[in-house]
Amino acid sequence: MSEQRYTNPPARFERPSAGSLLILVAFVAFLAWSISAAGISVPELLTGLPNMAKIASEMVPPATDRIVPMMHSVLVTFQMALVGTLIGILVSLPLAVLMSRNHTPHATVRSVIRSLVSFIRTTPDLAWALFFVASVGLGPFAGTLTLVMDTIGFCARFFAESIEEVDDGPPEALAAIGASRLSVIVCATLPMAMPSLVNTGLFALEKAVRSSVVLGLVGAGGIGAELATSMELFRFDQAATIILTIFLLVLGVEKVSSRARMSLLKKRQ
Amino acid sequence: MLEATYKPAGDTALRVRGLSKRFEGAAAPVWSDISFDIPHGQRVAIIGGNGAGKSTLLRCCMRLIEPDAGEVFFGDRSLSGLRGRELAKARARVGFVFQKHNLVSRLSVLTNVLHGGMAWARTPRMWFHGIATDEHRNYALHCLERVKLGHLCERRADELSGGQSQRVAIARALMQKPKMIFADEPVASLDPQAGEDVMQVFSDLACDESLTLLFVTHHLEHALRYADRVLGLQDFRLGLDASSDSLSARQLRGMYE
Ligand SMILES: Nc1ncnc2c1ncn2[C@@H]1O[C@H](COP(=O)(O)OP(=O)(O)OP(=O)(O)O)[C@@H](O)[C@H]1O
Ligand SMILES: [Mg+2]
Repeated sequence: MSEQRYTNPPARFERPSAGSLLILVAFVAFLAWSISAAGISVPELLTGLPNMAKIASEMVPPATDRIVPMMHSVLVTFQMALVGTLIGILVSLPLAVLMSRNHTPHATVRSVIRSLVSFIRTTPDLAWALFFVASVGLGPFAGTLTLVMDTIGFCARFFAESIEEVDDGPPEALAAIGASRLSVIVCATLPMAMPSLVNTGLFALEKAVRSSVVLGLVGAGGIGAELATSMELFRFDQAATIILTIFLLVLGVEKVSSRARMSLLKKRQ
Repeated sequence: MLEATYKPAGDTALRVRGLSKRFEGAAAPVWSDISFDIPHGQRVAIIGGNGAGKSTLLRCCMRLIEPDAGEVFFGDRSLSGLRGRELAKARARVGFVFQKHNLVSRLSVLTNVLHGGMAWARTPRMWFHGIATDEHRNYALHCLERVKLGHLCERRADELSGGQSQRVAIARALMQKPKMIFADEPVASLDPQAGEDVMQVFSDLACDESLTLLFVTHHLEHALRYADRVLGLQDFRLGLDASSDSLSARQLRGMYE
C-alpha cells in the first residue's frame, strides 16, 4: 500500500471521441453551406464599393432644410421610449415578484409567467410593431406599445434575477415581525434589490431609445419614418442629418442615464 | 409523537413539545424530541457548541423553519396549522433579534426600527418613516433611545458598526411591543461594555414588563448572571435544563466537551 508509484503524465491533448469528431465534421460542412447561402460574394462587394463611396460623399454636408420637423420626430421618438419604458417597468415589477423563486405564490404561477415573459422577449420588436400597427393603427401609440413589450421582456427577467439574489436575512426578519407578504417585498426585498433594479431600468431606457428608431420604418411613429423617406428619395444628405441626430440622442441618453445611475444609487431612502 | 391530550396551563409563555428537525440531505437530525415549558417573565439562556442547533431551535419556535415533528405553543395557542395572517399575528408577539442583525441596509435606521410596528399596525404607513404618523415616528425614536442610538436615526443602516446595527435590531424588536424576546447571540458583535449594557436592557425589560426572554449565548457568565434558567443543547438533544442558581461555570463548560 505504501509503495510509491510514478505514473506517466497525462496526454497533452485529449483524443476526441468518435461522437465529437462526427459533430465537428457536421458543423464544418454546415458552416461551408451557410457561407454560400449568406450570399457572400467578393465581386459584388467590389462593384458595390463605388456606390457606397458615392452615397457617403452625398451625405456631406448633412442637409438642414427639414431640421425642424426632424427635431420634432426625434423628440417624439424619445418620448415614446420614455413612456414605453416606464409603463414596461411598472408592469415588470409585479411580474418579476411573481416569477422569482423566493416570492412566487406557486410553482405553476412561476412557470406560466416565465414562459409568457420568454415569449414576449423572443418575439422580435418588428413583429410586435407590425402587430400593433395592424391593431391600433399607424403612429406613436403602436410604437409605445411595442416598447412596453420590449421592456417587459427585458426587465421582468432581470428584475426577477435581482430579486432572487437578495440576501434572505432582512426579509426573514420582517416575516418574523409578522409583516404581510406585500410589506416584506416593499420594505426589504425591493430596497435591497434597488441598485440592480435601477441599473436594469436605465439599460431598458437606453435599449428602448435605440430600438424606437427602427419602429418608424414600419409606421409605428418616430424618427425612423423620416429616415425611410429620405433614403427612398435618395436624399442621403437628409439621411445623414437623421443618423447624426440619432447618434447624438443615443449618446445623450447613455450619458444622462449613467449620471442618474451614479446619483440615484448614492441617495438614501 | 406528541401528546394530543396535553392541556397547557395558563401561565406558560412558551411550550415546546417533542420538537425534531433534520435538514434535507443531512445524515443526522440537528436535534430531536425537545420539550420544555417557559413560564411568563422567565429569562432563559440557551447554550451549546457551534452547530448544536441553537439558531435552528429559535427559528423552529417561530416556524421560520418548519420542524419535522412536535408542536410549539405561545401561551395556550398552538402554532401548528396556523397560516398566513394568523401565523403572522402569533409571530408578531415575539421580538426576534437575529445572530446576523438583518437590517434592511439601504433604509434609514429610523425606518428599520419603525418596521417593528408592523407587528401591531398593518398599515402601509409603517413602511417608511417619511410617511409614518407622528405618533409612530416618536415611538420608534423612543425605542431607539432605549438602546442609546437616538442620535443616529437618520443614518443609513449600512453605515453603522456591527454593534450599532445589533442595537438597532433590538430597538426594532422593542418597537413590536413584544410579549417575548428571542435573541440569537445578541451581544456577539458588541464590545464587552456594550454587551453588558444590552444584556442589562434585556434583563430590565424582562423584569419591568414581565417579558419572557430566550437568548442564545456563548458567554457562560451571561447565562449565569442574566438568566433564571439555562437550556443546553448537546448530542442532538436537550442535554441540560436547570435553574442558573444551581449551576456553576464549570458545569456549563462541560456542555462543550
Ligand atoms: N438552512 C439550513 N440548511 C441546511 N442545514 C442547516 C441550515 N441551517 C443550519 N443548518 C445546519 O444545522 C446545524 C445547526 O445549525 P445552527 O445554525 O442552528 O447552529 P448554532 O447552534 O446556532 O451554531 P452557532 O453557535 O455557530 O451559531 C448545523 O450543522 C448547520 O450546518
Ligand atoms: Mg447560531
